[in-house]
Amino acid sequence: MSSEDKIVLIDEKGRRIDGRGPEDLRPIRMEIDVLKNADGSAYVEQGGTKVIAAVYGPREVHPRHLAFPDRAAIRCRYHMAPFSTSERKSPAPSRREIELSKVIREALESVVFTQLYPRTVIDIFIEVLQADGGTRCAGLTAASLALADAGIPIRDLIAAVAVGKIDGVLVLDINETEDEHCEADMPMAMAPSFNEIVLLQLNGVLSPEETSKAIELGKKGIMKIYELQKETLKKKYELSTRRSQVVT
Amino acid sequence: MLIPKIKKKSILSMLERDLRLDGRSPNQYRDISVHVGVIEKAEGSALAKIGNTVALVGIKVGVGTPFPDLPDQGVLAVNAEFVPLAFPTFEPGPPDENAVELARIIDRSLRELDVVDLKKMTIIPGEKVYIIWLDIYVLDHDGNLTDACMLASMAALLNTKVPKAEADDRGFIKLNKDEATPLPVNRRVVIVSIGKVGGKLIVDPNLEEEQVLEAKLSISIGDNGVVAGMQKTGLSSFTQEEVEKAVEIALNKSKELFTVIDEALKKPSSLWEALRNNG
Amino acid sequence: MKSDGDIVMEQHTANTRRYIGVPGEIVAEGENVRVYGQGVVKIGDKYVITVTSLVEVHNNTITVIPLEGPYMPKAGDVIIGIIEDIGLTAWILDIKSPYKGVLHVGEALSGPFNPLKNNLRRYFDIGDYVIAKILDFDKTKDPVLTVRGKGLGKITRGIIVEVSPPKVPRIIGKKGSMISMIKGETGCNIVVGMNGRILVNCSDPRMANIIVKAIKIIERESHTTGLTDRIRMFIQENKEVCLHELGG
Repeated sequence: MSSEDKIVLIDEKGRRIDGRGPEDLRPIRMEIDVLKNADGSAYVEQGGTKVIAAVYGPREVHPRHLAFPDRAAIRCRYHMAPFSTSERKSPAPSRREIELSKVIREALESVVFTQLYPRTVIDIFIEVLQADGGTRCAGLTAASLALADAGIPIRDLIAAVAVGKIDGVLVLDINETEDEHCEADMPMAMAPSFNEIVLLQLNGVLSPEETSKAIELGKKGIMKIYELQKETLKKKYELSTRRSQVVT
Repeated sequence: MLIPKIKKKSILSMLERDLRLDGRSPNQYRDISVHVGVIEKAEGSALAKIGNTVALVGIKVGVGTPFPDLPDQGVLAVNAEFVPLAFPTFEPGPPDENAVELARIIDRSLRELDVVDLKKMTIIPGEKVYIIWLDIYVLDHDGNLTDACMLASMAALLNTKVPKAEADDRGFIKLNKDEATPLPVNRRVVIVSIGKVGGKLIVDPNLEEEQVLEAKLSISIGDNGVVAGMQKTGLSSFTQEEVEKAVEIALNKSKELFTVIDEALKKPSSLWEALRNNG
Repeated sequence: MKSDGDIVMEQHTANTRRYIGVPGEIVAEGENVRVYGQGVVKIGDKYVITVTSLVEVHNNTITVIPLEGPYMPKAGDVIIGIIEDIGLTAWILDIKSPYKGVLHVGEALSGPFNPLKNNLRRYFDIGDYVIAKILDFDKTKDPVLTVRGKGLGKITRGIIVEVSPPKVPRIIGKKGSMISMIKGETGCNIVVGMNGRILVNCSDPRMANIIVKAIKIIERESHTTGLTDRIRMFIQENKEVCLHELGG
């Protein structure tokens, strides 16, 4: 990149390009039960990133040989809509989408009680409708809500966020512009009640000390997202009783 | 999808009395809503709901080379994805015959009426033109995907802003989003689908009704009152009288759909608003 | 301002506390507490919620009642299935569960059966609703059904209402209180399948309509108290409207 293209990601007051401080999350909102056909579904917005997730199952596996005798199989597809990115993206799955589907599946599988449903499959579909950084993390946050919405037993919800290093500063929840220009990008996901890190990737370079600090920072963001997830699940029953006041 | 026999029986027996299981009259659509501007990053977008059927359309504008036989026209490419989160039997993978058929029905309706003024979409005649990618995403399937997808496509086109094409000093064409103008749209088109069951014609069949239909006719109607495309699907047949009756109904119902689009264009919405409490 | 929902979320009677618990939440720790219910597991010395549930705390006893989730077949349950496939000597039923129900010809027909001469389709055809009982299920093979018994067999008329399976106990009520109240108020015949399919048979279609609405209210408000009285009022009010319409 030529020097004239260099953009200022953090100003002298420590403000980021969208006005946030280094430890601020973008505005997040989430909703469950947004689709009718799916057994469970959720929609998550994190800044400009918009993802929708749906769960089908546990259900019969086709073809049959994919079934396990002692537990449910989990299939997961992370996919980006053609219109979700700046340049149109081909709908055929890219190598990136295939990789992310795998790490997301493994993260989710760590909390699902698959042994309760032998010989079945649980399908998890994540569609990125608008990409503005942190899509795998928002996808995981949404997928775990969709699992809960489907009533599939899980040990914990999964909350996720990406930590970045820009201009030598560790920052929480990087957006697309920051992601494009950052020195390091570290998406992470946790089962917060158990303090377990269930997804961790690093793209870039950090010192060992920075690695520890980045995880600490990620945890802070994850706890906030986790609280919002729990609220979102409880709200469904709160709202339904409020509606009842009108009916009866 | 399997429809229980007693349900099939009640759908048929109610239709004999011109009643439908969900309380509609034969010529009545389910509740329709359209939200435009729901994907800010796309050059145009819209989400349409007909009952519980949800279709999302995003439009991306790019630069490419024209077709050799149409050197002075921009390119419109219509694609439909039946993503697996929309329905238990939708599977990941390339579009199947139903998705391809749907995309082509919508493509033809747009093309035959010159809905998008592609002649205005050239950058360097014969060399560089705008490419309009119209991508349809079915998010929830409860029957009559055609009408919902056409509605979302039309609203998304009307919501589209074309970035200005600028050549840099090395002659490369770049799109400048800060200087964008509305996509030139000549006219509007909608599709009204009419099912035939027990000899009766019904507008906007839902998923249950689609399981019982003998045949279906999707009729594209332009805002100048012309029939701009038809597609008969299903294993049974229509008589000429039935087709004529269906066209008459479609012309009539198209007015409602055009009004829905007009209303939607008045204020940009958001996905949040569009998707909440859909379940 | 407190919403109506909050009152339900945190209900205090004499010494019982009720709230909505979500996956990952720890309801109790240690040995001096008794925890019952489907939506909770013990991990280490912690009791962790696995499915969005109604949690009732009474002294040192905690009951966790799931509000979401699929139907798991149980021997003895009466369920309503749909014939989905027909083999030579058995029918395969969709029973709104991760597993398909299997109805062998011997559990449906009396007398000898010759698969070469007799066609099973003549008895139960694809798309037929069948009331059946679960004979046996252990997850290693699909649940085995029977239609031998009083009230079991093909459904030829009526409306089927689908509800989320965990809400079925509430529709039945304590010792059948809810369902017998509804039957008493309406004079209709109702069969509640434990898998969340309910058959409603009324001579007056308007009465059926009232019952369908009532069932949907119970499903939505299953986590609230005083439901039986509210449903009774709902039915009585709507019945009166019907009578008025008749008179006028």
